[in-house]
Amino acid sequence: MTDGPQAGVIEAPLVKPKVGREDWVMRAGLAVIGVYLLVAVVFPLYTILSKSFQDERGTFIGLDNYAEYFATPALFYSINNSLTVSVISMVITVGLAFGYAYGLTRSCMPGKGVFKAIALIPILAPSLLPAISLRYLFGAQGMIKGLLMGETIYGPIGIVIGEVFWTFPHALLIIFTALSLSDARLYEAAEALGASKLRTFFTVTLPGAKYGLISACFVVFTLVITDFGVPKVIGGGYNVLAVDIYKQVVGQRNFQMGAVVGLVLLAPALLAFIADRMIQGKQVALLSARAVPYEPRPDRRFDLAMLAFCGTVAFIIIGILAVAQFAALVKFWPYNLSLVLDSYQFDLMDGGSWGAFWNSLKMAAWTAVIGTAVIFTGAYLVEKSKGFEHGRGLIQLMCMIPLAVPGIVLGLAYIFFFNALGNPLGFIYHTLIILVLCTITHFYTVSHLTATTALKQMDAEFEAVSSSLKVPFYRTFVRVTVPVCMPAILDISIYLFVNAMTTVSAVIFLYSADTQLASVAVLNMDDAGDTAPAAAMGMMIVYTSATVRLLHFLLTRGIARRTQAWRKR
Amino acid sequence: MRTNLLTRLTAALAVGVFALGVGGGGAVAKTDLLVYTSIEADELAKFKNAFEKDYPDINIKWVRDSTGIMGAKLLAEKDNPRADIVWGMAATVLLQLIPYDYFQAYAPKGVEKLNPLYVDPKNNPPLWVGQRAYVAAVCYNTIEGKKNNLPIPKTWKDLTKPVYKGHVIMPNPGSSGTAYLDVSSWIQMWGEEDAFKFMDALHKNISRYTHSGSKPCKLAAAGEIPIGVSFAYRVVKSRAAGAPLVLITPEEGLGWEVEAMAIVRNTKNLAAARALADWTISRKSMELHAPGYAEVALPGIPNPVKDFPDVGGKMIKNDFAWAGANKARIVKKWTARYDAKSEPRKKK
Repeated sequence: MTDGPQAGVIEAPLVKPKVGREDWVMRAGLAVIGVYLLVAVVFPLYTILSKSFQDERGTFIGLDNYAEYFATPALFYSINNSLTVSVISMVITVGLAFGYAYGLTRSCMPGKGVFKAIALIPILAPSLLPAISLRYLFGAQGMIKGLLMGETIYGPIGIVIGEVFWTFPHALLIIFTALSLSDARLYEAAEALGASKLRTFFTVTLPGAKYGLISACFVVFTLVITDFGVPKVIGGGYNVLAVDIYKQVVGQRNFQMGAVVGLVLLAPALLAFIADRMIQGKQVALLSARAVPYEPRPDRRFDLAMLAFCGTVAFIIIGILAVAQFAALVKFWPYNLSLVLDSYQFDLMDGGSWGAFWNSLKMAAWTAVIGTAVIFTGAYLVEKSKGFEHGRGLIQLMCMIPLAVPGIVLGLAYIFFFNALGNPLGFIYHTLIILVLCTITHFYTVSHLTATTALKQMDAEFEAVSSSLKVPFYRTFVRVTVPVCMPAILDISIYLFVNAMTTVSAVIFLYSADTQLASVAVLNMDDAGDTAPAAAMGMMIVYTSATVRLLHFLLTRGIARRTQAWRKR
Repeated sequence: MRTNLLTRLTAALAVGVFALGVGGGGAVAKTDLLVYTSIEADELAKFKNAFEKDYPDINIKWVRDSTGIMGAKLLAEKDNPRADIVWGMAATVLLQLIPYDYFQAYAPKGVEKLNPLYVDPKNNPPLWVGQRAYVAAVCYNTIEGKKNNLPIPKTWKDLTKPVYKGHVIMPNPGSSGTAYLDVSSWIQMWGEEDAFKFMDALHKNISRYTHSGSKPCKLAAAGEIPIGVSFAYRVVKSRAAGAPLVLITPEEGLGWEVEAMAIVRNTKNLAAARALADWTISRKSMELHAPGYAEVALPGIPNPVKDFPDVGGKMIKNDFAWAGANKARIVKKWTARYDAKSEPRKKK
């Protein structure tokens, strides 16, 4: 009962003593995913990270770059600073996201759908928007700068606020998935045994969500430590590793040193992978074939408390966005606060903005459709196939790497690999395809973890029963696994979509004349000093993504009614 | 039934995506010329329209981004260059690419009429030809300056006076080409030792260093800081938008950078690329290049922006080869002195 997935692995050979046709199909599937990850992740990264052992002419020079880099005193400040802001952001974000997800899954507070929608807003917004908001709120002319009590927003405080805002939805997505698949029988048992609510929380809820919580911690930590967008715009002189890469690569065009820092940043991903391997053995499949989904019962005081908590978080999220919308309407901050609609005349801004907008929409749609199919199928094969341990471990590792790769490094890696003379895939360079591929890779890990979290909570008995009934695994996959995991699948698709709408750091190196993107246009408008139009265009992206999100919500409800009916008793 | 649902869902999404895709297309028998550039986004349309009016059978396709991003992209593509021509790019970036045989020599029509400072001095025919120069400048926010009782600075050295403590922002030369322009000009004017003494004093007054070269004046325009060290074009633009800014060109002298053009070695559209190269230094093009910039390559074209200070006499004798060759060393020295101490400084 308590030894989880291995049970399935050990039992399976009893049912099917030899490697059958099905296993070969599964292994072929694994091989396809493996090749995909090699081409999309490993080969490109190798082309850039290998530069850390070369001089600018490409001659192998061993560890000289490392020696030079580690002889730079600024590095130690950066490592220290990076760890500080990453740990603080991680603790705050995961704490808030857990409380929020707990309210969404364990209380009967009203407006859950709205709250879930609001929580995802930060990933709908290009990172420039919170930066503008923070400046308008806490900058030298800020509306509520008094709250900082003389401290400056341009430093660690600004970085942490910005990062918490940005990573909150990522953490929520994973924790929500972990909390929403739970077995009501455990709670009934706890209640029957007279366990207090607190005790139930620590003995049932937390252990069940453990895998999700730990995943969320690593995701947030790694996202923060590899992000250069927030520290670049709001970090002032507070140096972090990802900004060091920006300085080396974009500021000084020194790819070798950029690669050195890039390799240093892979460390957290490796740690995450090792930890994942260690925890995996202990994870209990919560949703056994006999499970009964948990349904919260009304409890006035508890529901009100959760409502207050979620309401506060939601208010802050909306508040930050509202300031960005205000920024889009102000004539000239802070000297002329009259509200005008001038900023919405995108046709007067640099041309092609609307074209860029359509490109973004197209790119996001492809990313969502192809990305979800590839990532979920991949996660399924890794989780549910039998044997082939090393291969699966390797694929799992490849799925973890993209999280630890800063966008700049990924974007340049794609240039080096796909633009290399003689690469048979060279034809995708400068097309929409490479933007889609790069974006799927960029957001692969969180999507993969979401899929894995959902899959881990499904009992291996489903597969065991199917195979004993001689039902091929792909039929089980299509008729049981996919419908059961439909909420997670839809979450992944919307996650990919909205991120594709706002992503900048990697695709900025890859777009071409016919594939300009709205998110890049926003950055360039701000770069040209047009803060208000940049905010206006940024908010257009938010509203578009929010509309898609709303359609998605309605669709999810329809699908949920058809595929999730079994959750009710 | 569930299979059906899934299939239908996928099909619906696919159809939607396809429908979005149909919007594009529409081929015309024109030569598409892929131009990599860092020209300001709001200038692209005027250049494209004017050029295509003169050459209706050529269609300019821009890939535009900041100098840092485009420079990194160009360098990353060095083994298999994709652009036909690079235009409006800092000459220092082009100089970094030349050792990789990135460009092919071409003398555009009329190159002999240009100020020789704007033409590649090392090769004939030249590998690169400049169109205009931008200069370092200081911007001063009159409202915030008054609030803090700050006199308007007239010289670089003025900025080191204690009265400006915490009121000046400049870019970080580790991330910004504009910042390196300032640092290298101070060194070229005063010698390395005195220049670093000046920067030691300036560092005491700096509120923080930004990563983008245009940011200091944008921050000054938004009242975040009274004084920003940046370049002139930005000040002109922000003022037009209503910012209470004064443009200051310090008396000691100004660092400057050439914005130049170069034809890529493996272009398949050589004739069109050469046509554009010719056009960029035509009188008409020079007039389009002039507004807001210090100087254009063709002598005798005035800056149409009213009360734009006459900076011609202040531009230092800038040795680009020296600046490029010493960049890594100087940036490293700068970083060790000022950036290593970048842990949060408590505001008094």
